[in-house]
Amino acid sequence: MKACGKVHKYGDNVDTDVIIPARYLNTADPKELAAHCMEDIDTDFVKNVNKGDIIVAQANFGCGSSREHAPLAIKESGISCVIAKTFARIFYRNSINIGLPIIECPEAAEKIQAGDEVEIDFDTGVITNKTRNETYQGQPFPDFLINIINKNGLLNSLKG
Amino acid sequence: MGMTMTQKILAAHAGLDHVEAGQLIMADLDLVLGNDVTSPVAINEFNKAGFTGVFDTKKITMVMDHFAPNKDIKAATQCKQCRDFCGKYDIEHFYDVGDMGVEHALLPEKGLVVPGDLVIGADSHTCTYGALGAFSTGVGSTDMCAGMATGKAWFKVPSAIKFNLTGKLNKYVSAKDVILHIIGMIGVDGALYKSMEFTGEGVHTLTVEDRLCMANMAIEAGGKNGIFEVDEKTIEFIKERTDREFTVYKADEDAEYEAVYDIDLGSIKPTVAFPHLPENAKTFDEFGDIKIDQVVIGSCTNGRIEDLRAAAEIFKGKKVADGVRCIIIPATQKIWRQAMDEGLFAIFMDAGCAISTPTCGPCLGGHMGILAKGERAVATTNRNFVGRMGHPESEVYLASPVVAAASAITGKISQPSEVV
Repeated sequence: MKACGKVHKYGDNVDTDVIIPARYLNTADPKELAAHCMEDIDTDFVKNVNKGDIIVAQANFGCGSSREHAPLAIKESGISCVIAKTFARIFYRNSINIGLPIIECPEAAEKIQAGDEVEIDFDTGVITNKTRNETYQGQPFPDFLINIINKNGLLNSLKG
Repeated sequence: MGMTMTQKILAAHAGLDHVEAGQLIMADLDLVLGNDVTSPVAINEFNKAGFTGVFDTKKITMVMDHFAPNKDIKAATQCKQCRDFCGKYDIEHFYDVGDMGVEHALLPEKGLVVPGDLVIGADSHTCTYGALGAFSTGVGSTDMCAGMATGKAWFKVPSAIKFNLTGKLNKYVSAKDVILHIIGMIGVDGALYKSMEFTGEGVHTLTVEDRLCMANMAIEAGGKNGIFEVDEKTIEFIKERTDREFTVYKADEDAEYEAVYDIDLGSIKPTVAFPHLPENAKTFDEFGDIKIDQVVIGSCTNGRIEDLRAAAEIFKGKKVADGVRCIIIPATQKIWRQAMDEGLFAIFMDAGCAISTPTCGPCLGGHMGILAKGERAVATTNRNFVGRMGHPESEVYLASPVVAAASAITGKISQPSEVV
């Protein structure tokens, strides 16, 4: 299983309040949420994002509120994977549970730049930067997480 | 190797004699919580998955607090969805306007959590109940959904950091200052994936409300949970609220900790977390005059009766500064009644404060006190992220109830010694 796309890059401690501000949480509709994704730190994100694109960030991505609306908004925006140095634990769990692939890789988080074309192989954890001709080794997903991602979320995976 | 308090609770709920950090377990849940923002997502998933019942109608609770009383039509629709679901499945602990409160103030008050419990909640501040010697942690809506249906959740057993508390707090220094100091010291990811275990003689000098305030903000250091050793104060608090039986877990002598911090409560000073992260903790010798536009005293962190009493002591006979709006939000109906009966409302109203019905409201930029571009607030809440209380270019400074009250009186960020 692979993801490939253009990179949108952010810094440390991107919290779920900036990923999807609480003022938009009066709906659970992923499309409405995606229309405001990253609005408070990157007003151009919604305009620039294309299906398959990748978010790369530094430490503690997704910290703060447990709102599942955050990974839902990112996924609905078309993002195929989030790479970060580290993730906040509730965001990590939520992303897997809704079937948004995410991967921790400090080297990739540091070296990949905004606009780079990047490919991720989830079975091996290898991240290939096509723009810079570099590869980085991220942590591969264990089988049970691959299964959840492939089935598009925890609940679908429980159905067998 | 020995186990931490957290590891013992997880082992007991997984039917295991022993667990180790890093181990994946499936555990039984004692309580599953959701609110009016996170529950609708869980309910949609519940319906989509085709579940036809919940695991236990007494072990699920939904609290309408974030955008309640309904702030707009969409919020009203979300509350209605929760109300209909709880009616359909006979959920016993559904709390709506009139008997609701800010969820993490409400559940301990109602006696819904006891020592040794395992609680998940679709709200990050679910870690609050660690103050009572329970393992409780925030999850997302999908986990809430699976928890409601099956009564189980999977966990990775966390490693732990120990905070050994000694001494006692000085006057006008509170538990909020201690937890802001700790987050300033270890950072917003300093406890990422880990338990924060609070022990030591100093714990006994803290009230249960102090402990609820500190455990509440474990998530602001990235912690999976914060947990306090159970003592006589905890047991008295529990017995006044429920007759449910409980188990007290103590860490083994040889439990392993990744780090141990000794904290003398007597050395803590009034502390303020500057925008835009809770780790930007500063003491008053580190900054000058900062003018403010709004003060909020309330939330799951600091909306309890002791917080309101502390603020009232500062406000007594004083006035809120011209140009400052001060909003007081008692966290539950019971606290509201208590504050009114004790005469605290008269003090607040004489000072020129507004008193709100219980709600999370402004804490998350929902309603009831939103900031305009360029405005600054001192708040007793728990987050000061970009846009947290309103416009992305507004600012939130986190502080204790007495610092918030003193700041409301002077119109700039102030400590109590400046006004009393």
